[in-house]
Amino acid sequence: MAKGKITVDIDRCKGCGLCIEACPYDLLELTPDFVNKKGYQPMRIHTPEECIGCANCAMMCPDVCITVERL
Amino acid sequence: MSKIVFQRTKGLTEKEFSYCPGCTHGIIHRLVAEVLEELNILDKAIGISPVGCAVMNYEFFNCDMQQAAHGRAPAVATGIKRVRPDNIVFTYQGDGDLASIGTAEIVHAAHRSENITVIFINNAVYGMTGGQMAPTTLVGQKTTTSPFGRDARLCGEPIRMSELLATIPGATYVERVSVHDPANVRKAKRAVKKAFEIQMKGLGFAFVEFISTCPVNWGKTPQEALNWAKEHMINYYPLGVFREPKEDAQ
Repeated sequence: MAKGKITVDIDRCKGCGLCIEACPYDLLELTPDFVNKKGYQPMRIHTPEECIGCANCAMMCPDVCITVERL
Repeated sequence: MSKIVFQRTKGLTEKEFSYCPGCTHGIIHRLVAEVLEELNILDKAIGISPVGCAVMNYEFFNCDMQQAAHGRAPAVATGIKRVRPDNIVFTYQGDGDLASIGTAEIVHAAHRSENITVIFINNAVYGMTGGQMAPTTLVGQKTTTSPFGRDARLCGEPIRMSELLATIPGATYVERVSVHDPANVRKAKRAVKKAFEIQMKGLGFAFVEFISTCPVNWGKTPQEALNWAKEHMINYYPLGVFREPKEDAQ
């Protein structure tokens, strides 16, 4: 299975959580104990080694703040 | 070697969207912008901004934009397309804009088969002004102006714009899509691309309706709003192609 990597533009994220529901492996979460400059809890990946680079999170991101790579 | 499979399109500016968290306007902006970039028409595209939440989208699309009076985007697009036929002209309108105050403009633009592309966002409420009942509000849906739910005897049934426009001979392409999950987002992008290709071939009026959400005015979280759209909106507003050019029909 291809391995993937996501990069998040943290200050653009509004913490809506649509990417969290879209991830087929439940790898995403809202960052605990941190807020960005807009005052939202941005998303982050808690287990990056399991990402497959499917880009479902980027498909659902309304603020287009995710970049997806396949390694 | 890593390969980038998804990155922010050049069709969008660096400006951050002004929409509420989880608003599907952002997804639809991205789809339109990606299609403009992929078809290599960013330098000759002219978009018409509506009145509504998306009124500021002239700051988000990386192409020429013109803001129009409420509901009059198809009329402005008609003028621009007739004066500059080599440009690609699209309108981006919400349901308060297109299905309510702008009904005459959209119906007659379709009747004349103007060679423009219309992106219609249906989220069943007036979003910008605070969630009032729109012509597209579902029967029984609670809004700030229908606190006991929409009463069909008082307000009529919600208007189905795609079905209405599909009865017009001049409407070349009419499709309704949704963005409630990744598979439907990918499908929606194909519809947007087709709508722009039809204009590039000069075949006439192309219309894509999006089932969208308004988490804040629906009183739901972003994901609950997508689920609600899937369960209730799509029941009343079925997805699919309502009209397409003859050579593409099966």
